[in-house]
Amino acid sequence: MARFLLTRLGGVLVVMAIVAVLVFVLTRAAPGDPIAVLLGDQATAEDIARVQKVYGLDRPLPVQFGLWLRELAHGNLGESIFLQRPVTQALWERAEPTALLSLMAIAIAALIGVPCGIVSAVFRGKAIDQVFTGFAMLGASVPSFWFGLVLMQIFAVSLGWFPVSGYGEPGASLAARIHCLVLPATVLGVLNSALIIRFTRASMLDVLGEDYVRTARAKGLSENMVVLKHALRNALVPIVTVIGLTVALMIGGAVVTETVFGLPGVGNLVVSAVIRRDYPVIQGALLVVAVIYVVINFAIDLLYTVVDPRVRT
Amino acid sequence: MTAPASDLRPPPPQGGAASDPAEPVPRRPLAVPLVLRKLFRRRIVLGAAIVLALVVTLAVLAGLSGFDPNETAVSQRLSQPSSAHLLGTDELGRDLFARIAFGGRYSLTIALLTAVGSVLAGTLLGLVAGFFRRLDAPVMRVVDAMMSFPDILLAIALVGILGPSMLNVVLALVLVYTPRVARVVRASTLVVRELLFVEAARAVGVSTARILWRHVLPNLMSPILVQASFIFAYAILAEAALSFLGVGVPPEIPTWGTMVAGSQQYAHQALWIVLFPGLAIIVTALSLQLLGDGIRDLLDPRLRKSM
Repeated sequence: MARFLLTRLGGVLVVMAIVAVLVFVLTRAAPGDPIAVLLGDQATAEDIARVQKVYGLDRPLPVQFGLWLRELAHGNLGESIFLQRPVTQALWERAEPTALLSLMAIAIAALIGVPCGIVSAVFRGKAIDQVFTGFAMLGASVPSFWFGLVLMQIFAVSLGWFPVSGYGEPGASLAARIHCLVLPATVLGVLNSALIIRFTRASMLDVLGEDYVRTARAKGLSENMVVLKHALRNALVPIVTVIGLTVALMIGGAVVTETVFGLPGVGNLVVSAVIRRDYPVIQGALLVVAVIYVVINFAIDLLYTVVDPRVRT
Repeated sequence: MTAPASDLRPPPPQGGAASDPAEPVPRRPLAVPLVLRKLFRRRIVLGAAIVLALVVTLAVLAGLSGFDPNETAVSQRLSQPSSAHLLGTDELGRDLFARIAFGGRYSLTIALLTAVGSVLAGTLLGLVAGFFRRLDAPVMRVVDAMMSFPDILLAIALVGILGPSMLNVVLALVLVYTPRVARVVRASTLVVRELLFVEAARAVGVSTARILWRHVLPNLMSPILVQASFIFAYAILAEAALSFLGVGVPPEIPTWGTMVAGSQQYAHQALWIVLFPGLAIIVTALSLQLLGDGIRDLLDPRLRKSM
């Protein structure tokens, strides 16, 4: 067990190291000079060189990577070129809308996905199954920005139930902020439930074919008991896995949804950073999101080994 | 969309089977028409194929018609769908149906190039990782690292770094989807590698390159084809999202994504300008996924049972 954990942990660290290298290479290999953009047309070559020196951009790339890693070890993601403040602070200020949005969306996705998947598996091949699997495929084909715009037209513009965009006045109460997130969370949650429906259904179908389910039926248990207690419990591990992975998908999907609804989240920050070539922010955001993903994955792996001893072998 | 298939199919054997003593066992001697007939036995798959053929035809015709998708007629701006303008006009009086057909050329081309590019690169990486044990760990760790970035976030960052253009969107999306293909191909290669005919081929001295090309690759066609059709669908969605965010194709090129992006502030006056390009995306992506599902069911009967 300890050995298994160490091997897994080693793998995680290697992946994280590669992530760091990739993030660095991606952002530094870029054409276009952020300093030139920052200083505008009037800047002379000397001006640019001077500012480059301030940000360490005049050093050789491996040296820059070394410096970057050293700062990283101290939890310092660098300084945003445009926002004039540390990247960690910029990310932290934008974290709440994204985190809240992801949590609400994951709750919606799970509440739709798991029951629909179970019903689909139990009534496999019946009309209801075809409706839910059809919905799952449709969900994976709808662009989130389009769905967002349509919901916005109906529920915000026409009916006026929700704010059209934004995150409330500064200092708005939590309830007001959650109110602003209902539509974007619905967009993300409904579309991402597609994956959860598919996984829940497949996982339940696997389990429903097992001997112990037949035994449970043979000894005369009610169908509800068989499905919810004997089958669902055993199907739960893959279901939890896919829900965990959806959390990571949410963070990516939030980029688009936040832009549609004008939410001041991490996604919005990244999009504006990309447009302004603010490399430290792009770097920091990519790194943080990738690390979150790797950590969630690792946590799920650990969960597997705790819940299901068969995985350890 | 079986186009990627013909690109990837290995060339017909030269000099007959006699030159190759270890003919792979599971090769199906099915003629293509029979495969298609089997594939289209499910009506929903046939429907998806017909819809896709229609979309492609419209896009090609729009390109050939010499029509200018950017020609404006301000007097007719924001007119409702009618017999003169089947899907209405946008804020500059441009016919929406013509623009969607025209935009299909760009959206479909970008997605097709993405699917072909990532399938080629991913297959190569996956084959190498799956077949050569020593290269497995290094290649797959990089693949794992690449896959720990959310698709759309990585694509945004890449296009932002490379600069917004059609080619760069394709490049970015190829980089995003290559690891996905590599993972699937590696998993299948690990299985095929251990099969008896590979061992037999090696025993009689067939070269490694030839084993990969003639004995392993043909047996990976079904997972590769399925991935190709799914990535085609994802790429349509991803391109639209990138263009919508303003970090994809330049706004003057009418793709389905830039059309929604450019017109969204008029949505409250004329919902159809947002509605119809989105429906084009949905219909195309859905058909591609249905087709991918159909191919998977056809080529892998084990999965059909559980689906």
